[in-house]
Amino acid sequence: MNGYNFAYLDEQTKRMIRRALLKAVAIPGHQVPFGSREMPLPYGWGTGGIQVTASVLGAADTLKVIDQGADDTTNAVSIRRFFARTAGVATTTDTNEATIIQTRHRIPEKALREDQIIVYQVPQPEPLSKLEPSRAETRRMHALAEYGSMHVRLYEDITRFGHVAISYDYPVMVNHRYLMAPSPIPAFDNPKMHMMPALQLFGAGREKRIYAIPPYTDVRSLDFDDHPFRTTRAPQCCALCGADDSYLDEVVTDDQGGRMFVCSDTDHCETRQAEGHTGTGEPIAREAAE
Amino acid sequence: MNIDLPGFADPVAQAQSTFRAVLDALARPGTLHQAGAALTPPATLAPSTAAVLLTLVDHDTPLHIAPDCAEATAWLVFHCSTAPAESAATAAFAVARALPDLATLNTGTDEAPESSTTLVLQVAALGTGPAFTLSGPGLKSPTIFRAEGLPPDFAARWAANHALFPRGVDLILCAGTTLAALPRSISVREA
Repeated sequence: MNGYNFAYLDEQTKRMIRRALLKAVAIPGHQVPFGSREMPLPYGWGTGGIQVTASVLGAADTLKVIDQGADDTTNAVSIRRFFARTAGVATTTDTNEATIIQTRHRIPEKALREDQIIVYQVPQPEPLSKLEPSRAETRRMHALAEYGSMHVRLYEDITRFGHVAISYDYPVMVNHRYLMAPSPIPAFDNPKMHMMPALQLFGAGREKRIYAIPPYTDVRSLDFDDHPFRTTRAPQCCALCGADDSYLDEVVTDDQGGRMFVCSDTDHCETRQAEGHTGTGEPIAREAAE
Repeated sequence: MNIDLPGFADPVAQAQSTFRAVLDALARPGTLHQAGAALTPPATLAPSTAAVLLTLVDHDTPLHIAPDCAEATAWLVFHCSTAPAESAATAAFAVARALPDLATLNTGTDEAPESSTTLVLQVAALGTGPAFTLSGPGLKSPTIFRAEGLPPDFAARWAANHALFPRGVDLILCAGTTLAALPRSISVREA
């Protein structure tokens, strides 16, 4: 860690981010502006999540970083190594062992505990951004809890497709008050946010916003009485561990249309394999997959 | 004036552990956490009060120091590099030993409720004394919280603050080396 403060950020920046985090926890789902710093990696690679993690992290913490559920992809490996180097903290790939989990686009399959904190990397914190480009206007819409346009957007999906066709970043209402973007997690993960025992923190570096969901907070995916929210997943079982209830990645295995469906959460999949669960281990041909 | 009393011996680690205590306290309202055990603050301030202020206050955040904490002014100004706020209504943080009228603090705006004051209130004791029932985000089920040194009409005064949600003041309670917090999102009833 020579030449750097603990966890890279200077203390003044950490104080500013910490103050934003405390206000975010006090107002569940509300986006708090913060002075996002330039980090040694580009926007879009998790600068918001890294700044939140750096401000929360202590020497006794054990950090896990996942990218689309996987511990072994470039982004996850780089961020884990960044904190191992600048903070000297222990890192892990085991969801159970981690006290802080920084994530891009997934919530681990394993239920999180009260003593854990999950930090989401957020590209676009404003759930209304595609409906109303003006920041000043969306701020006012949040102030007035004026979310009719989002319901219209869902309704238009139903009239056009027969169902709500949002598969990720599915908008949620937090604590019956704020409409919130859950970051691009699959809609499959949305129910895990509801009454989660762990504290959930969200950092958007480029957009300079922090928000949070305290533990045991009501988080509802937007829906209609006659079109209740439902999750979707690929109908296959994991080819490696046989899980029929986890979120699956589709992996193309050749240029003949062959593909495999495997758990997106690598730790979950490896744990199950270690417990003796097995899948077919074989790619499936195009016809079978379709 | 006790400006010669030290601040954090290890500012990075102690600020981090105090912040985590406050973060956990706000995320799980009413739970008790430890902070400031290694500090020797001026006599008017409890170690946890001093630790919270050292951790969160700086030159970006005007601090309102209530008259009952005035003796610690020089120490706070020096160690937090902050300037005392001209009035409670413009303060980002306020420190007091008796509950002020919450409406005199900054309660934020509808568009920027995060701009409200965070009140650091030093009380006689936490975990003992009159009981309150807390409910709201962060609590799985309504929880009993005990504090000594809050005014008898605290629940009613807090209700007026809670009714402003999402505006309102957040409260960090400190006694000795213990702290607890009540975010504005929490409703408080006498138990």
